[in-house]
Amino acid sequence: MKRFTFFNATSLTLGFAFLYVPILILVIYSFNASRLVTVWAGFSTKWYGELLQNQQFLDAAWVTLKVGLISSSIATVLGTIAALVLVRGGKFRGRTLFSGMIYAPLVMPEVITGLSLLLLFIAAGVDRGVFTIVLAHATFSMCYVSVVVSSRLISFDQSIEEAAYDLGCTPFDAFKSVTLPIIAPAVISGWLLAFTLSLDDLVIASFTTGPAATTLPIKIYSAVRLGVSPEINALSTLLIGIVTIGVITASLVTKRAALHRKRQEELAAQNH
Amino acid sequence: MSADIFAPWEIPKEIPLIRFENVTKRFGDFIAVDNLTLDIYEREFFALLGASGCGKTTLMRMLAGFESPTEGRITLAGEDIAPVPANKRPVNMMFQSYALFPHLTVADNIAFGLKRSDMPASEIDGRVDEMLSMVQLRPFAKRKPHQISGGQRQRVALARSLAKNPKVLLLDEPLAALDKKLRQETQFELMDIQEKLGTTFMIVTHDQEEAMTVASRVAVMNGGQIKQIATPDAIYERPNSSYVADFIGEVNLMNGKITSCTSKSCKIAWEGGTITAQPTNKLEKGTEVRFAVRPEKISIAKTKPKSGNAVEGKVLDIAYLGNISTYYVETTTGQTIKAQIANARRLSRRSFTWEDPVWLSWSDTAGIVLTE
Amino acid sequence: MRRAVVILIPYLWLVALFLVPFGIVLKISLSDIATAIPPYTPNFDFSAGWAGFKDFLSQLDFENFVWLTEDDLYWKAYLSSLKIAIISTILTLLAGFPIAYAMAQASKEWQPTLMMLIILPFWTSFLIRVYAWMGILSTEGFLNQFLIWIGLIDTPLQILNTDWAVYIGIIYTYIPFMILPIYATLEKLDPSYLEAAEDLGCSRIQAFWSVTVPLSKPGVIAGCFLVFIPAVGEFVIPSVLGGSKTLMIGKVLWEEFFSNRDWPVASAVAIILLLILVIPIVLFQKQQERQQEADS
Repeated sequence: MKRFTFFNATSLTLGFAFLYVPILILVIYSFNASRLVTVWAGFSTKWYGELLQNQQFLDAAWVTLKVGLISSSIATVLGTIAALVLVRGGKFRGRTLFSGMIYAPLVMPEVITGLSLLLLFIAAGVDRGVFTIVLAHATFSMCYVSVVVSSRLISFDQSIEEAAYDLGCTPFDAFKSVTLPIIAPAVISGWLLAFTLSLDDLVIASFTTGPAATTLPIKIYSAVRLGVSPEINALSTLLIGIVTIGVITASLVTKRAALHRKRQEELAAQNH
Repeated sequence: MSADIFAPWEIPKEIPLIRFENVTKRFGDFIAVDNLTLDIYEREFFALLGASGCGKTTLMRMLAGFESPTEGRITLAGEDIAPVPANKRPVNMMFQSYALFPHLTVADNIAFGLKRSDMPASEIDGRVDEMLSMVQLRPFAKRKPHQISGGQRQRVALARSLAKNPKVLLLDEPLAALDKKLRQETQFELMDIQEKLGTTFMIVTHDQEEAMTVASRVAVMNGGQIKQIATPDAIYERPNSSYVADFIGEVNLMNGKITSCTSKSCKIAWEGGTITAQPTNKLEKGTEVRFAVRPEKISIAKTKPKSGNAVEGKVLDIAYLGNISTYYVETTTGQTIKAQIANARRLSRRSFTWEDPVWLSWSDTAGIVLTE
Repeated sequence: MRRAVVILIPYLWLVALFLVPFGIVLKISLSDIATAIPPYTPNFDFSAGWAGFKDFLSQLDFENFVWLTEDDLYWKAYLSSLKIAIISTILTLLAGFPIAYAMAQASKEWQPTLMMLIILPFWTSFLIRVYAWMGILSTEGFLNQFLIWIGLIDTPLQILNTDWAVYIGIIYTYIPFMILPIYATLEKLDPSYLEAAEDLGCSRIQAFWSVTVPLSKPGVIAGCFLVFIPAVGEFVIPSVLGGSKTLMIGKVLWEEFFSNRDWPVASAVAIILLLILVIPIVLFQKQQERQQEADS
């Protein structure tokens, strides 16, 4: 009895226009020949060329990539363990504090997280740079990973693990050969989430970085404060393009896997 | 037909309350209801019985106004209801899920429809109270649906759908969510309430026992069509087709050929010899037929009985169900026939066991000849 | 034994990199800038033992907090953050509800695609999405060009560097957080509730107000919290789109720290910001728990 009315069509159209038109304008004007960002002066890819010659941007991109890869990998391992502890760990002393520490960073304003980590690094006398950003990013993204992974852990039938124990697995063995393959999609999406969070982060990186390491968001932010510029448009377009291709590929792959599985199930049902 | 038995469908001049006239409903290529004609009379407790996907729910939803027929006409009290939207029809529905509004109290749920009717606000409280007493839920008026039991929710749903005093109450699998004991009790409650109010009830169910218990008439549906409409006992004792015979209760179905036939009794030749059964009408010699015998009408003995239809075999399996036992007997020709025997005696003194040679027999009136 | 190791790894990590830093913020917010080397004191000396701890306690003072109450910049920043967060939450709800509703009404095959289209922008950089509005909202920007072109205005409106630009930025970046929980409740909504309402005499609009809206309440509340909580502490949006007059506490904290280098005051600002957020966060948690109980 669902009715798709004119009103619904209008709200969807306006909603998606609101979400996508700004990005679209940004992408289109990254190909503008003029430096004036609101006046169209013909198609050109010259800003991309300039971008590729800008050593500062390239350095920042390299730092960002490095931080992203390392921190998201640490966050995935720690977050998965944390999820296991939360969902399957049973009762232990300090459990409430632990789940509090998992959920608090999700709602903590970034300025506070950044500030507190910076003060820690100063107190501990650590030199700030790539290392400290990695620690900071790993800490807040592990919380996101653990939320993603624990929702998968909660939803799958625990008797599968019990069957593994029943058939002689040690806990580690059961985790490796039964639990991990089942939660693998959640672990992978957790890693992707951690990676994009790290690529995206401006505030925490600004607090925890030192003079030696500048990430792309920091670089973009300092450029943006001076106003709209075609190089930033070009850079943004590149980043948007990479993310869009990544997300769409990932969703197509999962969709195809699901379709494949469904077809096999249908086939199996017919054979019966 | 004595006058005090309720059977308006037997009276030729009686005008039905609801008429489905050649109603067809298609969803894309799928035909949910196929050129169906059906009359339902005032004060009836009418059951639509069928497996899931047989079109019974679609039929009910068309009456409620949630679907409209692709072809055909539905009239209520003589008027075509096609132009009347669901919220203006004098028909209320009790949903399978009950659809009790979780954000409203029991009393507010019951008052929901009244507040949107012509009823003056001053009378609503009284009516709600009346409905609450009817379903014995007055102490729970202020509770939310999640604070009462499943059986109580079912009664709130009933009270809510009856509050506006509809001409017809539609019940969509009303007892499916209850456990067996509660379901049986509730069936009688439903019948009491229906009798007291005199409202026409139309129930959709896949549970044959439920349909047989509550209904004045049962329509067996399959593939969007009605296979048979009759009173519960007629459906059971005189099914008109193998489908109905098989769908309602257990049955032995056997193939044979008519050797001689009157309108009262037929002789049929089959693998096990010749038997006598009751036809629904006179049949030509040589007609291929099936005959149906209910297992509880078959008796089992060590020696060949003197009269009636008999067939020899040996016991293949025994299903002990407590009150009765079902014997699966393989005849000499290789067919399996079920016979049900009440366990009047203790199990240890059972007369037959596996592999015993036995004779099965049934009376000449027990078998029904089916041509469909 | 091995279980203890498994628990300890993430536990110690979070204690070291979340709990301890937080304690440091609390401590610094209570210290004195004048004796700051590095710019804060006291430094708790473990070797001094109990005497050291007492000494440490005696040096704590609340003057940074007193300072915050005396300088009305902070009061104004807190109030203005709350005001901006509340207004933009309401605007996000008004914009998000119809979209969530339309998504829930769309056909089942379309729903996953629509979901992905809502989530997709979330994966692209937050900073870039905020930046995209600079070119649209500026006086010579696309919005003004468009409005002049359709003849609605003659002279360009000043939108960029005002609170309005901040509202638009918050709506734009946080609207998925509003849409998704509302969509989730609407999508779960048993259609027989609406049928029951119609069966009992409601028109479709009446059924919407008396059934759909109250039953979508959990999603609306969750969405509002998810927008309101991060909006209060937002830094990037006011700093990129807002003007010099746009006061938001996240921005004040940033400036206190990077421009004024007053770490104790920055820490005190952080503590108070957190105290302000504790109430909605706890309420949100409570609501989520209640929802989970109701669902099970």
